[in-house]
Amino acid sequence: MTIETKDFTASELLCVMSARALEDGQVVFAGVGIPLLAATLAQRLHAPGVTILFEGGTIGPHVVPGQLPPTTNEQRCTRKANMLVSITEVLLLLQRGYVDVGFMGGAQIDQYGNLNSSFIGSADDPSVRLPGTGGGNDISSLTRMIVAMPQEKRRFVENVDFITSPGYIRGGTSRRDAGLIAGGMYRVVTDLAILGFDEETGRMRVEALHSGVTPEQAQENTGFELIMDSSVETTEPPTDEELAALRHLDPDKVYTA
Amino acid sequence: MSQEYLSLRERTQARDRSLRDKVMTLEEACEYVNDGDHVSLGGSTASRTPFAMVWALIRARKKNLSFSRSIVSTEGDLIFASGVGNHILTSWFSQGIVWGVSRVMRHFTENRLARFEEWSHMSIGLRFRAGAMGVPFMPMRSMMGSDVAGQLDNLEEMTCPFTGEKILLVPALNPDVALIHVQRCDPYGNAQLDGLTFMDIDMAMAANRVIITTERIISNDQIRRRPDRTRIPFFTVDAVVEAPYGCAPHECFGVYEPLFSHMDYYAELTRKEPMEGVQAYLDEYYYAPENWTEYLNLIGLEKLLDAARRGRSIYDD
Repeated sequence: MTIETKDFTASELLCVMSARALEDGQVVFAGVGIPLLAATLAQRLHAPGVTILFEGGTIGPHVVPGQLPPTTNEQRCTRKANMLVSITEVLLLLQRGYVDVGFMGGAQIDQYGNLNSSFIGSADDPSVRLPGTGGGNDISSLTRMIVAMPQEKRRFVENVDFITSPGYIRGGTSRRDAGLIAGGMYRVVTDLAILGFDEETGRMRVEALHSGVTPEQAQENTGFELIMDSSVETTEPPTDEELAALRHLDPDKVYTA
Repeated sequence: MSQEYLSLRERTQARDRSLRDKVMTLEEACEYVNDGDHVSLGGSTASRTPFAMVWALIRARKKNLSFSRSIVSTEGDLIFASGVGNHILTSWFSQGIVWGVSRVMRHFTENRLARFEEWSHMSIGLRFRAGAMGVPFMPMRSMMGSDVAGQLDNLEEMTCPFTGEKILLVPALNPDVALIHVQRCDPYGNAQLDGLTFMDIDMAMAANRVIITTERIISNDQIRRRPDRTRIPFFTVDAVVEAPYGCAPHECFGVYEPLFSHMDYYAELTRKEPMEGVQAYLDEYYYAPENWTEYLNLIGLEKLLDAARRGRSIYDD
């Protein structure tokens, strides 16, 4: 990380950049951690009309600053919500097509945007058993996805060890062929870049680099070849207003340490 | 196969579904759980976890239980470590993301001492719903193409007879017993739930037996004043146990928030030496106390009052 201005952390950068990826009026299904925080940040900045859904069964909450929930299932997730439903009902909203963006963190991602949060190593004899899918598989199977995660070689691998939450699977038409006819990976927001996916091949490509990040750095922190145009855009660094709003939301740095 | 449906109905018909007093102790309620049963747990992660009943089952030294829950937190560690069960079906398993991956879960699964059977969140919900509906399966559109589905052997893909689309079928889940903690319940089992209901209503309808633990027991007169608030009807319920702070150290909506400092303490205790840590925790908090009140005493009044103040903030702020 050689971002010039060092007055924010990598996870703060991640939060601000992924908050910017949300648009006012969208219905956003947010996972725990950075997505929860970034969706709440978007509500307080450019997108006050973002409707957040949490997998615990909350429709349209406004999380209280300094009282961030540790998971998306506690009463803290329900503050100023419009409606509480069951887990099954809120997930069925994805399947019915009411959701614009699924918004998740990730442990490991590959060139096709497949996410692994189940096993490091083989499923039969893993070196690490991770906590699993939660709603991740459902969200990524059923809607357009934005993923927020730090860009590191060990996290950005050619092929994930295990497809917990499907992206474009093996590229081409393989996602559609598997029966997943809606949704798909849209953006991966990292501390280095904004990444998208090639429509034909389903492979990851650089949409924009953050200020001070070189194309070489983005590539060096990736375990496969990124598609990159020579004239790739640069994002604006986090503003004082964005950082102040973020720090107001997470003063104890629960998610932005 | 229609035999399965008929025997499910027979078991239901054989239950005493009359309006009768079912209030009992935690220990007496353990009689409704047999060794080898499949037990479903209400709530999700650190919310409305039926900890008092899990605590009682561990103390009763039940054997070979299997479990299911939407998302499993620390109760999963304690189920594995105590030996009451070595098979948990869930979508996510660790205390909570802010505490990292459970070392106890890792120990048991990576050494193949226990099974963590991973399904997607929605598929578990639809399995309970199918169970509640009395149909053998539900169709759904996620999990296809993933390795989560690849690990499971009781799934079927089919071509929809109406549209020709590929669709996934997940089988009904009718647990032997469901353990559900609620804010209020009458002696007959009419249960009122505040806040997030998770998968609890479908789970209660699907189960062959239901044990309700409740923050307080209210009269049937109170229930009849506001029947719209009743979410689980009495005839699905077999046992009612009053267990104040019955989710501690987890949350009960509007009554108490999670006891974060206790959860931090558990995470720290099991970080370096997971097995020693969890055994010490079981000894101190599960086997040593005389009763549930003593367990709460060990956790400490200050922590409970703090959690209660935060819990009530939903109504007070």
